[in-house]
Formats: sequence, structure tokens, C-alpha cells
Amino acid sequence: MISHFHDVIVQTVCRLLIPFIQVYGLYVIAHGHSSPGGGFQGGVILGASFILLCLSHDIQEMKKRFSQGAVLLYCSLGVIIYSGIGIACLFLGGKYLDYGKLHQILPVDPVRARSMGIFGIEVGVGITVMAVMVSIFLDLASEEKE
Amino acid sequence: MKLIGLIAVCLMGGLLIYGTADMPDWGDPQSPASLHVSPRYIEKTVEETAVPNMVTSVLADYRGYDTLGETTVIFTAGIACLLLIRRFGK
Repeated sequence: MISHFHDVIVQTVCRLLIPFIQVYGLYVIAHGHSSPGGGFQGGVILGASFILLCLSHDIQEMKKRFSQGAVLLYCSLGVIIYSGIGIACLFLGGKYLDYGKLHQILPVDPVRARSMGIFGIEVGVGITVMAVMVSIFLDLASEEKE
Repeated sequence: MKLIGLIAVCLMGGLLIYGTADMPDWGDPQSPASLHVSPRYIEKTVEETAVPNMVTSVLADYRGYDTLGETTVIFTAGIACLLLIRRFGK
């Protein structure tokens, strides 16, 4: 569907822009603690940067950097990080998703451990949202048989 | 048959609109949600979670199960798209 084309302006601008978009996406995830943002929003920004790469170059170029197998892996990795943190709290003697108990394995007090747990699950949410965005786009855009 | 459906929809809609009359006013400071749940979060968020952004602490800590469900919904949506659209084999 997306054929290969060479447009120097589009490709150069996108190549310059994409790293900044990705850094901004990471910032939105990491700064969700103290400003609007978080896993969902940052994940969407990260996913959009990969879609922009796909649109400005072509789908093969994108698959070289982020293969379809890796996309699937990241889809489930995010959910595994989230539920894994919940189960870790369970093993440390708390309730499911009771991040306070993480202070036993993290070098911080229980209140800071809650903050770290929240950051961990935001990262998980961000990974899943990014990978699902890219996965749906690749499914819709690629015409060739797998 | 269509007439019965129309009557049922109108009855249900009327019932729902009638139900909204009992709801508290929008942004009413005396509503139950503003009296018990919200002040608890506003007062205790920084003390309990060390997160300055209240939205994040409610989303990821107090309502953690909900967000886990949301993430699973997104994951399921991605897998469903994959199964429906992607062509496997030849």
C-alpha cells in the first residue's frame, strides 16, 4: 500500500524530527509524576514517531528497525511488566499492586517505593500502548503476505 | 416489531432521564463524591505516594486495578486487529 518514494525534503525533515519526538515521548512518560502525561500519552507519542518513520520512508525501512516479531513481543512485555510488579508486591507480603512493599527490594523508604512502583507501571503501559499502535498500523498498511 | 422496539427504547430513555433528576448538580461541593473520596485523595496523595501529580497517583495507585484492565483492553484490541487483518500463511 505504501510504495517506496524518494522525497529529500520529507525524508530529511522526518529523520531530524523523529529522535526529538521519541525523546519527548520518553519525557512525557517519565514526567507523568509531576505534570500532565503518563504511560498512555507518552506511548501514543512514541508509537506516532514510528508511524511517521513508516510514512516518510517506507514500511521495509521501519521493519528493519522495529520488526513485526519485536512489536508483538513489546505488546505483551508491557502487560507483563505491569502485572509482574503487582505479583512482586504479592510475593513481598502485600496485596496485589500494593507498591509500598517494594521498599524491601528497592533502596528507598515505603513512600518513595510507591512512587517508584507507579513509575514502573507507567513504563509498562507506555510500552504496550506504543507497540499496539505500531502493530495496528503495520497490520493495516502492509499488503504483502507474511 | 419495530414499533415495540421504538416503545421500549423510548421507555428506557425516559427512565434514564428521570433517573438523572436525582443526581447531584454538576460540580456540587455537597455531593457524596466531593465529601468523602476527593478530599481523601487531595490530602493524602503526597503523604502516601510522594507523587505531586494527583491524577497520576489516583490512576496508577489508588485505581491501579482499573489501569491494569485498561492496558489489557488495549493489548486485546491489538491482538484482535492482528488476528482479523493480518494474513497468515499463503
